[in-house]
Amino acid sequence: MTASRVASIALHAALLVLAVTAMLPLLWMVSASFMPVGEATAVPLRWMPSRPTLEHYRTLFERMDLGRQLANSCIVAGITTVLAVLVNGMAGYAFAKLQFRGRDRILRLMLLALVVPGQIGMLPLFLLVRELGLVNRLGGVVVPGVASIFGIFLVRQYALSIPDSILDAARVDGAGELGIFARVALPLVMPILATLAVFTFLGAWNDFLWPLVVLADETRYTLPVGLASLAGEHVQDTELMMAGAVITVAPAVLLFVALQRYYLAGIMGGGVKG
Amino acid sequence: MSGSGVAAALLLLVASGVASATSPVELRVWGMGREGEVLRDLVAVFEEAHPGVRVRVQQIPWSAAHEKLLTAFVGGALPDVIQVGNTWIPELVALDAVLPVDDQIATIRDDFFPGILDTNVLDGRTWGVPWYADTRILFYRHDLTAAAGVDGPPATWAEWLAALERMQRSAGPGHSPILLPLREWQTPVILALQRGATLLRDEATRGDFASPPARTAFDFYLDLFRRGLARRDAATQVTNVYQDFAAGRFTFYVTGPWNLGELARRLPPALEDAWRTAPMPSPAPGVPGVSLAGGASLVVSRSTTEPALAGALVAHLTDIPMLCRLYDLAGDLPARSSAWNGCPIARDGRDEERTAAFWTQLQAVRATPKIPEWERIATRLTHHLELAVRGDVTLDVALAALDRDVDAILEKRRWLRAREAE
Amino acid sequence: MRRRRGLDPAWLLVGPALAILAVFFAGPVLASFVLSLTDFDLYAVARLDRLRVIGAGNYAALLASPRFWRAVRNTAYFVLVGGPLSIAVSLVAALLLDAPAVRWKPFLRTVLFLPVVTTLVAVAIVWRAIYHPRAGLLAWLCTQLGVTPIDWLGDPVWAMPAIILLAVWKNFGFNMLVFLAGLQSVPERLYEAARLDGAGAWPRFRHVTLPVLAPTFGFVVVTTTIGYLQLFAEPYVMTQGGPAEHTLSIVLLMYEEGFRWWNLGFAAAVAFVLFAIILVVTGAQVLLRRIFTREVA
Repeated sequence: MTASRVASIALHAALLVLAVTAMLPLLWMVSASFMPVGEATAVPLRWMPSRPTLEHYRTLFERMDLGRQLANSCIVAGITTVLAVLVNGMAGYAFAKLQFRGRDRILRLMLLALVVPGQIGMLPLFLLVRELGLVNRLGGVVVPGVASIFGIFLVRQYALSIPDSILDAARVDGAGELGIFARVALPLVMPILATLAVFTFLGAWNDFLWPLVVLADETRYTLPVGLASLAGEHVQDTELMMAGAVITVAPAVLLFVALQRYYLAGIMGGGVKG
Repeated sequence: MSGSGVAAALLLLVASGVASATSPVELRVWGMGREGEVLRDLVAVFEEAHPGVRVRVQQIPWSAAHEKLLTAFVGGALPDVIQVGNTWIPELVALDAVLPVDDQIATIRDDFFPGILDTNVLDGRTWGVPWYADTRILFYRHDLTAAAGVDGPPATWAEWLAALERMQRSAGPGHSPILLPLREWQTPVILALQRGATLLRDEATRGDFASPPARTAFDFYLDLFRRGLARRDAATQVTNVYQDFAAGRFTFYVTGPWNLGELARRLPPALEDAWRTAPMPSPAPGVPGVSLAGGASLVVSRSTTEPALAGALVAHLTDIPMLCRLYDLAGDLPARSSAWNGCPIARDGRDEERTAAFWTQLQAVRATPKIPEWERIATRLTHHLELAVRGDVTLDVALAALDRDVDAILEKRRWLRAREAE
Repeated sequence: MRRRRGLDPAWLLVGPALAILAVFFAGPVLASFVLSLTDFDLYAVARLDRLRVIGAGNYAALLASPRFWRAVRNTAYFVLVGGPLSIAVSLVAALLLDAPAVRWKPFLRTVLFLPVVTTLVAVAIVWRAIYHPRAGLLAWLCTQLGVTPIDWLGDPVWAMPAIILLAVWKNFGFNMLVFLAGLQSVPERLYEAARLDGAGAWPRFRHVTLPVLAPTFGFVVVTTTIGYLQLFAEPYVMTQGGPAEHTLSIVLLMYEEGFRWWNLGFAAAVAFVLFAIILVVTGAQVLLRRIFTREVA
C-alpha cells in the first residue's frame, strides 16, 4: 500500500470517528424514543428497541398537547422569520447603499452593541412586555427578536456589492428610494435574504430563555420550553422525553438539511474577516 | 341619530346581550403535578352544577411551579384559582396577590388539621383553604428490614440509627440504607423542628440555624452520611427512585403521601406487599416526632374578575366528596379530618396501615417560618448542608455561613418592619 | 445637491429595525443599568414605595458574595478549557475535511454540522441520559474499557467537564465551517511554492496555512469566547448549577436571582458585571491579536 493510500484511510477513519461522535447521541435519542418504558435506562445499555412502539409519541400528542406546542413553535419561528427578513433586509440595504445623516455613527454603535450579552436587558424587557400586554402571548416572544444587528450586518455586507450604476440609473429614471429597493435591490439580495431566513428560523425555533420567561400557559409554550417543563416533571420517563426531544429537533434538522446551501453560504461567505 | 344609526345601535345592543348570555364565563385554575392532571376530573361536576361556567385547568410541574407563579404575578397573568404549596402562602400574602377566605371557611375551620390550617394563617387572617395535607414520614422496604432482623419500624432516633446500621451490615455494598437527596430541605428541617429549633429568631428577621437544637439535628443528619448510611447522591443524577426502590438499592425514604399512589402504580406486582410506612422517629422517647405541616391549599387570586365564582369553585373542591375523589385519583390525603371517616380512605388492610401512619403523623405537624423568603432560605440550607456533607467545610462553618446568608436575605424584611414600626 | 423635501426615504427603510432595536434592546439595557442601582425585588413589585435606591450597593454585595465568585470561577473554567478545546476540534475537523483526498465531503460536512442545528434543551436532555452513571452511553463505554463509570453530573469534579463535553460536541461544527471557509481562501499557489521548496506537511501548515488563517482564527476566538461567557442552558437543564454550585454560571446566577427570587436589582447588576467582563476579555483578545500580528509580520 502506498503512503498516500494509508494517509487516505487514516483520514477517512478520523472523519468517520468524528461523524459517529456527532451522530451517535442523536441516533440513540431517536432509537430510545421508540423503546418501551424502562428500556432506555436498562443496564446494560440497549441500542435498539426490543419492540418499537409509538406510545410515547401518542402520549405526547394526545395527553400532553405537544401538537399545540409544535404549532406554537412554527408560528413563532415563521412570523419572526418573515418580519425579520423584511425589517433587517430593508435596513441592511439602506446602510449599504444609502447616505443619510448619522449613518456611520449608528453603524459603529451597532457594532459595539454586538458585544452586549442578550440577557442584560431581559428583566426590564419583561416589565416592558408586561406593560404592552404581551406577557404570555406569542407576540411577546416574536417582537423583541425581529430586529437583529447581526442580520443587518449580514445583509449590508452582501448589499455592498450591488453596483451603484444600476441604482443610479433607476434614480435617473425618477424612481423613489423605496421603489428602487423593492424593484431593483430586492431581487439582487435574494440569496442573502434566504440565508437570513434560515438563520432566523433556526434561531427562533431553538430559542429558549426568552420564551421561558414570557410564556406562562403551557398551551402557549414553544417546543423548547415545553420540553424543559416536561423534563422537570417526568424526569423518570426517559423514553417519553426522548420522543419529545425528537419532535423538537426534527423540524429544525430537516429544514437545515433541505436549505443548507443558503445557511452554509452565510457562514462561509460573510463575516470571516476579523 | 339617523334611522339606520338607531337600528345599528339596537342591533349591537341585542348582539352583545346575546353574546354575554351565551359566551361562557371562564375560570382559570392552575394545578401542580399530579393534582393538575386530576383537577380536570374534579371540575367536571362543578361545571355541570354551574351551566355557563367553563373551568380551564392548566397543569404545572412542581419543579417550575414557584417560578411560574411569580412570573405570572409580575406579568399579570395569574389565574383565578391556584393550587399552591402552603409554604408559599406567606409570599403571596406579601405580594398582596390573594384574597382572604375567613368568611368562606368560618363554619368548617375546626374540621381542618390544626397544624395544617395554621400554615394558611397570617396576621390573624386566613389566606388559603387547605386542600390536601402533606407531611413526610418513613417509607421502607419491610421485607428487607425483616430479613435483616430489624424489629419493627424505629420509634426513636437511636432505634433508627440502629436499624440503618443493621441494614448496612446485612445488605452489603451498593446498598444505601436511606435515600437522602441533597436537594430536599424537608428532612433536615424536620429533624431540626423535632429538636425544638425555631430556625429563625427576632421575629423571623435573623437566622438561627447554628442554635444548639438545630445544630444537634443537623449533626445527626450529617452523621448519616458520615457513616455511609446515605449516599451523597445529588438530585441531578437521573435517579429513578422507583426503579431503585424496587431493586432494593435503598431501604428507607422520607417522603410524602403522593408516593402511596406512585409506588402502588410503579412497583412490580411481586413487591406489592414489600413496603410499609411509619411515622417519623422522635429524638427521644416521650418527645413527639413531629413532621412538616405541608400540603397544598387553594387560593383565590386578587386579580380574579369572578371572586364569588372562584370562591364557589374552591368550596366545591374542598367539599368532602371532592376530597374523597382527590384521594381516589391522586392519593392525596384530605386536609379535613372528617373526610378521613367520611370517605373510604384506604380500603383494604394493607392500604389502611400505610395511610394510618399519615393520620398519626398529621396530629403532630409543625409549620416552617411563615415568611416570603422561606423558599430561598431553604435553598441556601440545602447548599450549605451539601458542602458539609461533602466534607468541604465543617458543620459549624456551614451553619455560620448559612446564618450569614439568611441575615442578608432577611435584610429587606428587617428594613420593612423597622419602617412599619415608625 | 438638491435638498430633498420631507423625510429622507432612507429612514423609512432603517426605521423599523432601529425602532425595534431602540425600544426592545437599547431601552431595556439602559433600564437595566438604572435597575441595578436599586434594590428592586418582590416587595417592590407589589408596592413601589418599598423600593430603595442603593447606588453601588448591589455591585458591592455582588463582589462580596462567594456565590458570585463561584459563578465567575465556573464560567472561567468553562471558557478557558472549553474554548480552546472547542476551537481545536473545529480546526482539526476543518483540516481533515479540507484535504483534497476526502470523498463524500458535502455529506460529511452536513453530518458534522448537525449538532449545531439541534435545540440545546433537547440535546441537554439526551446528554443527561447519556451521562447516567449506570444506564448511560458513557457508563457503557467505561465498562467496556474496564473503568468504573463516572457519576458525571453528580460529582463536583466531573460536572463541569461534562458540560464542556456537551458544549464542544454541540458547537464544533460551526467553527469548523468558519475555518473551512478560511482554509479555502488560501491560494493554492502558496502551497505549490512551498512544496517546490521542499517543505513537508507540518512546515507547510505552519508557514502557509496558519498565517492566512490568522484573521479567521482571531474571529473564531473572539466569538467563541463571547458565546461561552454566556453559558446558561446546559447547566439550567442538566444540573441546575449543582452539584454544590460547581456548574453555576454567571448567566444562570442572573437568571436565578432575577426570575426565581425576583431580586431584579441585584440580577441586573450581575448582568452588567458580565457585560464588563465580556468587554475586558474581548478587548484584551483584540489587543493581543494586534501585538501578535505585528510580531509575525
